[in-house]
Amino acid sequence: MERLRTLPGDDVRQIMWRFADRYDLQMVVQSSRSIARTTAARLVADGARNTHDWTPEKEELLKAFDASGLTGMFMEPEQGGFIAGPKNLAMCLVAYELSWVDGGAATCNLATDLALAPIHERGTPEQKDYYMTKCVPPQPGEDREVWRGAFALTEPLPYVGVDTGVVSGKIRIAEWKEGEEPMIQVEKRGRFITNMAFANFVTAAVNTDDERIKSSCMVILEEGDEGIFDPGAPTLKMVHQLSATNDPVFSLKVPASRIIGGYTIQDGVIVPNYSHGEIIAAVFQRTRIPVGVMTAAKLLSAVEPVIRYQRGRFRGGESKPGTPRYELGLQQNEDANHRLLDVWSTGEAMASLGFAAGRMADEFDPIEKEKDRLFIEQAIKGPRAQLKALKPKEQEAMEMVQLRARPEGERDQARLEALEADPLVQYSYLSAMSNVYIPACKLWNTGYGCQMMREAVAMMGGYGITEDCPGFLGQKWMDAQLEATYEGPEVVQRRQLSISMTGPVFSAQVTAWIDELKRRAQETPGRGHCTLAAAFELWAWTVEHLQSAKDPEGKPLMHGRRQGVTFQLADALSWLVAVKCFMDDIDELAEKGQMNPVVAEGLDALVDFYGDMATWQAARAAGETGRVAADLVFGYILHPDCAGECCGPEASGNLFDGAEEFYALRRKVDAAAAGARLAKDRAAADLTKVMIPEALDYPL
Amino acid sequence: MSYHIVVCGSIVPDPLQTLEPVTGPQGPALKNEMMLPAVLDPWAGHALYEAANLAKNIPDSKVWLVSLGPKAKLQQVMMNVAQKVPFELVVLDGPAGGFTEAEEVAAHLAKAIDSIDSLDKSKLLLFGGWQSASRGTGAVMQIVGEILGIHDQFQGVDKLEPQSDGSLQVKERVEGGSYLISALSGPPAVFGWATGTLPEPPNNPQVGMQNMRFIMPAIQKAQPAQVGAEGVEFKSVELPAQRRETRVVKDVPAADIAREIVDWIRG
Ligand SMILES: Cc1cc2nc3c(=O)[nH]c(=O)nc-3n(C[C@H](O)[C@H](O)[C@H](O)COP(=O)(O)OP(=O)(O)OC[C@H]3O[C@@H](n4cnc5c(N)ncnc54)[C@H](O)[C@@H]3O)c2cc1C
Repeated sequence: MERLRTLPGDDVRQIMWRFADRYDLQMVVQSSRSIARTTAARLVADGARNTHDWTPEKEELLKAFDASGLTGMFMEPEQGGFIAGPKNLAMCLVAYELSWVDGGAATCNLATDLALAPIHERGTPEQKDYYMTKCVPPQPGEDREVWRGAFALTEPLPYVGVDTGVVSGKIRIAEWKEGEEPMIQVEKRGRFITNMAFANFVTAAVNTDDERIKSSCMVILEEGDEGIFDPGAPTLKMVHQLSATNDPVFSLKVPASRIIGGYTIQDGVIVPNYSHGEIIAAVFQRTRIPVGVMTAAKLLSAVEPVIRYQRGRFRGGESKPGTPRYELGLQQNEDANHRLLDVWSTGEAMASLGFAAGRMADEFDPIEKEKDRLFIEQAIKGPRAQLKALKPKEQEAMEMVQLRARPEGERDQARLEALEADPLVQYSYLSAMSNVYIPACKLWNTGYGCQMMREAVAMMGGYGITEDCPGFLGQKWMDAQLEATYEGPEVVQRRQLSISMTGPVFSAQVTAWIDELKRRAQETPGRGHCTLAAAFELWAWTVEHLQSAKDPEGKPLMHGRRQGVTFQLADALSWLVAVKCFMDDIDELAEKGQMNPVVAEGLDALVDFYGDMATWQAARAAGETGRVAADLVFGYILHPDCAGECCGPEASGNLFDGAEEFYALRRKVDAAAAGARLAKDRAAADLTKVMIPEALDYPL
Repeated sequence: MSYHIVVCGSIVPDPLQTLEPVTGPQGPALKNEMMLPAVLDPWAGHALYEAANLAKNIPDSKVWLVSLGPKAKLQQVMMNVAQKVPFELVVLDGPAGGFTEAEEVAAHLAKAIDSIDSLDKSKLLLFGGWQSASRGTGAVMQIVGEILGIHDQFQGVDKLEPQSDGSLQVKERVEGGSYLISALSGPPAVFGWATGTLPEPPNNPQVGMQNMRFIMPAIQKAQPAQVGAEGVEFKSVELPAQRRETRVVKDVPAADIAREIVDWIRG
């Protein structure tokens, strides 16, 4: 029986990624897809990536974004946009479609949104309206230029990074006339600033260099401001060439009203309402998600060209139609199919994680606003007072998680509803969860995704590393490395995860997931739920064990400085969370697919295929977890004097307290991989039968 | 003079897909047809964009798109088409494949057009493709016109220009790359469009959001339309033979490429 008849189409994706009832988003997908597969693809095919400069040809991309409404997508309808409410999922979908062809095109589209994000998250209402409206392309009958922005945090060496603690850009008071708005002098040099070749305004992170300005902040700089607004030289990057990156220099005098989020004056001192760190944390929290989605799109976009290459590999020469050699080409070989399946299942898990994070951010946005409103109402000010007020809500969030995990009918429904209706409980829950999902998405999707992209390139042989490789796989491999780097390299994500992964609310959720997965394993066997449950159990046990474990010198293992421990656990967790999201999406497809006549045809077979893929991906994630767990649990114990048998099963059982418990869990993880290779064989065999289009739908 | 323009357009599988005829439970079909992505029939697309352009330039004119196709697939296609130009959709839920009888399809379309409430037949310009990408009989529009009693019919239309006296000038393709230019005193008339002269409009989500407010309900309340090919027996079904010989060349002047193609055609 054919289980996978065609590659999954829009109907399937809309259900899995939960936008089947959002036609605004479906239209955004179509718009970005058509630009990706025409304008962007033609640019790549014509070699536009071979220069660092921002050329008139590349400029066509901006025009296409303007004409198709994508430029204004970030804005609210009253500002000239067309999507109301949070737009994180929308941005993920645009990023997905554009980087299906070219990641640079995606970055180019999202860069003005990144520049606007500080204003969007923390700007005053006037700042929001002014800049958002300026960035909407002129409507018919309007005579004005559309504004484009750049986001300038990163500075020249030695302070290159996104280490928000160090900013050498400075502000001083230039003039402050009695009863007038103070004027401030801004000195900022940027490095690697996207959109800078043509930006009209910049949102820049700066520190105070004046005792009359209380703290760091972000300021808005405009092209026409008094002083130097120099876009600087193009960065000599080797990636994302369809976006413009420069090293700019600013030395400008601007009114204090450009401080993002406004300021108050206390005892003759300007006190910005938000430090640069606070704003950037809020911005990156959201904008990192589409970056993770970009790499996911790359892997999924590789499936079709690789299959076509594999099937056609021996069609010239002697082989005759109808023979396996002619029809299947390289797909006759198990390894070719297995490796492609690895790429595909990784891409699926990445996309599922990315879109889940995007949806979570959409859910979080109004809750966060409500929290801010409540705190203002209750006069709770400053991070410390807020933390204190939220502390009791953490307990309630845990209770909510536990109640949700119980089957309906067996739980106190009224209590659950009361908890769910409390915005501060929701805030507590969603911030704990998104502090894991978002860095995990940015870390794992881009980092491991980049490695898997190399596999995809390798599958095309020499063709893979040529400029005209179908699907532009070589370029995508290189681009993935930028995605792993910008908006905070992997280390930044690992650091964030190290803290958030041990939080009480997230830990309660992991426990609830384990129960839920076990239950689902019984209800719908064959989708890998039980493998994942075992892996989560081992991970959670290891975290708990390491929290009290010490090295031979008596130093604690779970410590911020012990990146050898915490980062490993963060990586393993990212594998697991990604598979969890993938499984959720398959369950959603199985349930909702029935209602769509296009998907209903062949749904069971498709879900079987996906179930096998998820089983395999769960086994891979469990393998990673087992390796990391064993490595960390044993790696910090002195190796006993080895006289041949000291590492045998009996001796090793005594190496630390709780070793038996560890072995029991580890055994479970190993055993839970039962059938995973069989599932992989089945899914890989499906790759040899799936019908693919005659030709790629974008130029080479 | 304002116009009421009704465009008949179905959906067809995306031409880049692998199209493989198979025999299904209801007779011949394309392999995995339901699962393949669909697009608005390109000929109908030309008709729609021409209609929208005409309506834009003539005040108080209006465009309807009447489509017979599987409604779930139609909804997907609308996510793209609805962003291009303003129109109102009338949906008939039924098969859109290449194996339905032109006469049956035409009868359903005519009935649907007849029942559009606000349609003023004295202003009616009935647009469609002169052929369709799924079935090149070129018969549907002619039959729809006949059923509706519209006998002024033009096929292979590339240009339609309203004149200052209220008449219309029509350019139809004829043999040998020539045009037949006709003058028409006014609606109603049928126009089977060839490619027209307009490019595909860029997507405009504002237009899309406007359109979708009416399109979604129209899809939801689509009437089922029984069309098929009752009593017709297909002896064999095959795709038009095609040969694809692709060679990637770079830095070759256009003249050289043209010369090579001419040599190839001459054999
Ligand atoms: C094409 C491009 C476009 C960009 N666009 C923008 C833009 O528009 N605006 C903007 O502000 N910036 C932009 N950037 C900058 C980008 O965000 C930074 O380059 C990126 O965050 C990485 O910082 P870094 O280069 O300083 O690397 P570093 O911070 O020096 O990191 C390098 C490596 O050092 C190690 N490391 C660093 N810190 C630690 C630690 N605490 N613990 C352990 N190891 C550590 C890790 O191995 C890390 O991967 C862009 C960059 C590029 C290349």
